[in-house]
Amino acid sequence: MSILQTRDLIINVPSRADGFPLSICIESGQVWGVLGPNGAGKTTLLHTLAGLLPARSGQVFLNNQALIELKRRAIARQLGLVFQERQDSFPATVLETALIGRHPWLSPWQSEQATDLQRAQQALATMDVDHLSERLLSTLSGGERQRVAIATLMTQDPNIWLLDEPTNHLDLHHQVKVMSLLRDQATLNKTVFMCLHDLNLAARWCSHILLLYTNGDACWGEAKTMLQPSALEQLYSQKLITVEVDGAPVFVPVCAGQ
Amino acid sequence: MMRSLLALSVIALVATVLALAIGSVTIPPSELWAVIQGKGSMLHSTLVWELRLPRALAAFATGGLLAVAGALMQVLLRNPLADPYVLGLSGGAAVGALLAMLSGMGALLISGSAFAGAMLATVLVFGLAHGTGSWTASRLLLTGVVVAAGWGAVITLILALTPSYKLPGMLYWLMGDVSYARTPWPALLVLALAIAVIMPLARNLNVLARGSMQAAALGVSVRPLEWTIYLLASLLTATAVTTAGSIGFVGLIVPHMLRLVLGNDQRIILPASALAGGILLVLADTLARTVIAPEQLPVGVITALLGVPTFLYLLHRSR
Repeated sequence: MSILQTRDLIINVPSRADGFPLSICIESGQVWGVLGPNGAGKTTLLHTLAGLLPARSGQVFLNNQALIELKRRAIARQLGLVFQERQDSFPATVLETALIGRHPWLSPWQSEQATDLQRAQQALATMDVDHLSERLLSTLSGGERQRVAIATLMTQDPNIWLLDEPTNHLDLHHQVKVMSLLRDQATLNKTVFMCLHDLNLAARWCSHILLLYTNGDACWGEAKTMLQPSALEQLYSQKLITVEVDGAPVFVPVCAGQ
Repeated sequence: MMRSLLALSVIALVATVLALAIGSVTIPPSELWAVIQGKGSMLHSTLVWELRLPRALAAFATGGLLAVAGALMQVLLRNPLADPYVLGLSGGAAVGALLAMLSGMGALLISGSAFAGAMLATVLVFGLAHGTGSWTASRLLLTGVVVAAGWGAVITLILALTPSYKLPGMLYWLMGDVSYARTPWPALLVLALAIAVIMPLARNLNVLARGSMQAAALGVSVRPLEWTIYLLASLLTATAVTTAGSIGFVGLIVPHMLRLVLGNDQRIILPASALAGGILLVLADTLARTVIAPEQLPVGVITALLGVPTFLYLLHRSR
């Protein structure tokens, strides 16, 4: 069980007014989706919540402790992150990549144990990339790499999962697979907080939504109250048609010419 | 992984024995064994204990220092092209050494001056890269490369102003020459200490190789780790340059050769670099002493001539 809270948080998006301060409480069992146009500060918010970027003002609390007072290692045992962009200057295999998720749990002299290896292999299997274990990361497709990144977070096994567009590059089947995995994690009392571009995935799988506007304004709440067509149209400056499919709203953009 | 380190240790031992036996006077194995037991002839004992062993150990330590420094710099800068000299350390050391030579100082002062130059270069790059803006690996790399170019110009200027009878000594220093080493012990000690400091950090380095954000997200305190690596790699390089001049290629090629064969786990690569770098330089120095004996070649030439084809071969057959 972990709680991530912000108090009057202003994220530091360069050359932007402060906007609306965020005081959010992200609790275990919840699946949060952050929606907003390009450049609204979704990734900045995610990195600020993880303590990787300093806030302009306000604070982030992890289990009621100020994040800036915690050691990185203590944070990494509670909170993990899937980045939107990844760096691989040196060749590494898929299995090695998943195994680095165990890093915060091992002491300096300790090497990975059989249980660590098992966790990594299990995570790779869940993401359907176990057959690629020995392949070099650089030889994988974008979607396969994304699945390896999510498997690495599974191997890290933190209570709080922050994900920057987890469905990037994924085919339809794996989009559904990842979103259900995240919801399953939430039912196991984990906390999930992710940036998304797909309104329909958000409508289907998120319990809570945060709308982030380009000018720094924000509003948040339960998904069914937040996903109002008028609010979303204003958010994206895009006309939408809403239909209901399978019990969830589906938003379709209207072409400008029509 | 322990197997490969064991194999390298055995090769290191064989290389050292070769270095003791081969030279202007070849000592046959039976005679070498007698010398080791303390029963050999006077000439052979002097050759082994006072000339060849200290020199072989100095070569080993220098090679090990350079290879470990190279492996560290590559991870620090997340750039496979980085080597111990990329940040201009050898340039600073060379300017120090050449100025000492130009003013006719003795060997001890030349070494001291080289070390001072290397540390000055370290502090200079450290300070300039720190600057006012954000600190990143690419900023450090650019600062270092530009400062290195500056040192290069100063070196050329010194060479141009130097009377010609002093030039050969300077050129040998610039190409690297183990005969400058007077005692191997400081270099060996620094190498051993560095390995002891870096081994508990090795898994942190594996994570850092994935980028600083990813490393921070996995619990690494990135900034302190990066400064530790930078200062440690600088100290290693400064010690190596002070021991034997600026020897090229070892720091670039050895870690990569090992990565091609052993993968990129720093817990293996760092100790393996110390051993393989040492082996390469012991063998290269033995060749440098014998190819045109009794004349000696600068060892930097041999490391490049041995290292380049080996590296290209390994790169060619890697996947």
